Amino acid sequence: MKVMDKNLGLEEVQKLEGHTDRVWNVAWNPAADGVIASCSADKTVRIWEQSSLTRSWTCKAVLEGAHTRSSVSVLRGHESEVKSVSWNASGSLLATCGRDKSVWIWEIQPEEDDEFDTIAVLTGHSEDVKMVLWHPTMDVLFSCSYDNTIKIWCSEDEDGDYNCVQTLSELNNGHSSTVWSISFNAAGDKMVTCSDDLAVKIWKTDISRMQSGEGYVPWTHVCTLSGFHDRTIYSVHWSRDGVIASGAGDDTIQLFVDSDSDSVDGPSYKLLVKKEKAHEMDVNSVQWAPDKESRLLASASDDKMVKIWKLASEP
Amino acid sequence: MLELRTRDLVSRALLIKIQRTKTEEREKKMTLGLINANPVVQAKKEGLLRVVSEESVTVDDKLDRILITFTPTIQHCSMANIIGLCLRAKLKECLQLHYKVDIRVSPGSHADEVSVNKQLNDKERVVAALENPNLRQLVDECIYSDEI
Repeated sequence: MKVMDKNLGLEEVQKLEGHTDRVWNVAWNPAADGVIASCSADKTVRIWEQSSLTRSWTCKAVLEGAHTRSSVSVLRGHESEVKSVSWNASGSLLATCGRDKSVWIWEIQPEEDDEFDTIAVLTGHSEDVKMVLWHPTMDVLFSCSYDNTIKIWCSEDEDGDYNCVQTLSELNNGHSSTVWSISFNAAGDKMVTCSDDLAVKIWKTDISRMQSGEGYVPWTHVCTLSGFHDRTIYSVHWSRDGVIASGAGDDTIQLFVDSDSDSVDGPSYKLLVKKEKAHEMDVNSVQWAPDKESRLLASASDDKMVKIWKLASEP
Repeated sequence: MLELRTRDLVSRALLIKIQRTKTEEREKKMTLGLINANPVVQAKKEGLLRVVSEESVTVDDKLDRILITFTPTIQHCSMANIIGLCLRAKLKECLQLHYKVDIRVSPGSHADEVSVNKQLNDKERVVAALENPNLRQLVDECIYSDEI
């Protein structure tokens, strides 16, 4: 689906109030429509659900410490805060990362009452790891860090040992400051990253070659989008229908799409929408709803709000 | 006019007094979230340090941005990160939340300028540092020491 309508805008659907401190992140439930989880510096996780009747969201649960829910498993290993978690496509592996500069991979053991075994502790980043993300179709893990690089990890040998197979740094058109977030397009052949260097970068790989079992195929830089945000870009997310959303410290949410122009240099991207003052303060996270039709975007901010937006034609 | 008032507010809030006391009493080996070295607060005498002056506060009221530069006394001052953290902590209490604050060491005043500036402006790292009990205690001692 091409998103070329010039009159598109980001319309605020609802403001979800409740958190008492900055909201760091939001996530849509991949299986249940209209369910969102948000986590905050107020030390709680809130679950918001959209009513099928009124179509508006209300807070269904507040998860605090040890009170509300009894945990099934506790995974110990990191030496300091864990910043990000990611499940692989099949749900058999969980990756985590943190301020201790390491990336951990845990494998769930269904025969052992769903216990988690550490199968790898990956060191390589020289500073805090801000985010980890599994590739949408292959068991290849991506991490980005305060050390300005993006590292790619996979297991190439029969031992199943994970190694760093590529590092995207300033030397190969990478970022020149902390990389905060990574996201893949639906096909998994393109990736978008964002950074404190105020740029959004697009990368690509030859996915069919990689899936054919040829071995690891490196990622290469496609283009850099700069001059759009003037504060640290904390989050990027690529929707299923090809729209890249970015949220930054300049309080704006911006959307980018493939410009679809036939350029000799290859694909290029352009700004679709710039939402000024999307929040009163820094936008920490942007996430598209997982379905293809709704075009709903959730955002989290230092202003303690979660907001729901809809990408729609402006009247 | 608003710009001048904000600037005045900020620099007054930042009259942080860094108390230097005897090594034996205050020596703490801390695992600092921010920096690799373990600075030990050493001093020869009790003294107050005025870290920030009015000139080093720049306010852009249109964009709601504030830039604060401070000058550590020596090029290799290990207190640079602590001072920066103190500035962040003090501002958090005094200032309206919507201002965006950048804190930097004044250009050329510190050997690790780039690294110090980067740490002081990574909000996640700042929050982590201020959650570290040892660091928090040190920062609190610095910023509350003059309140009677």
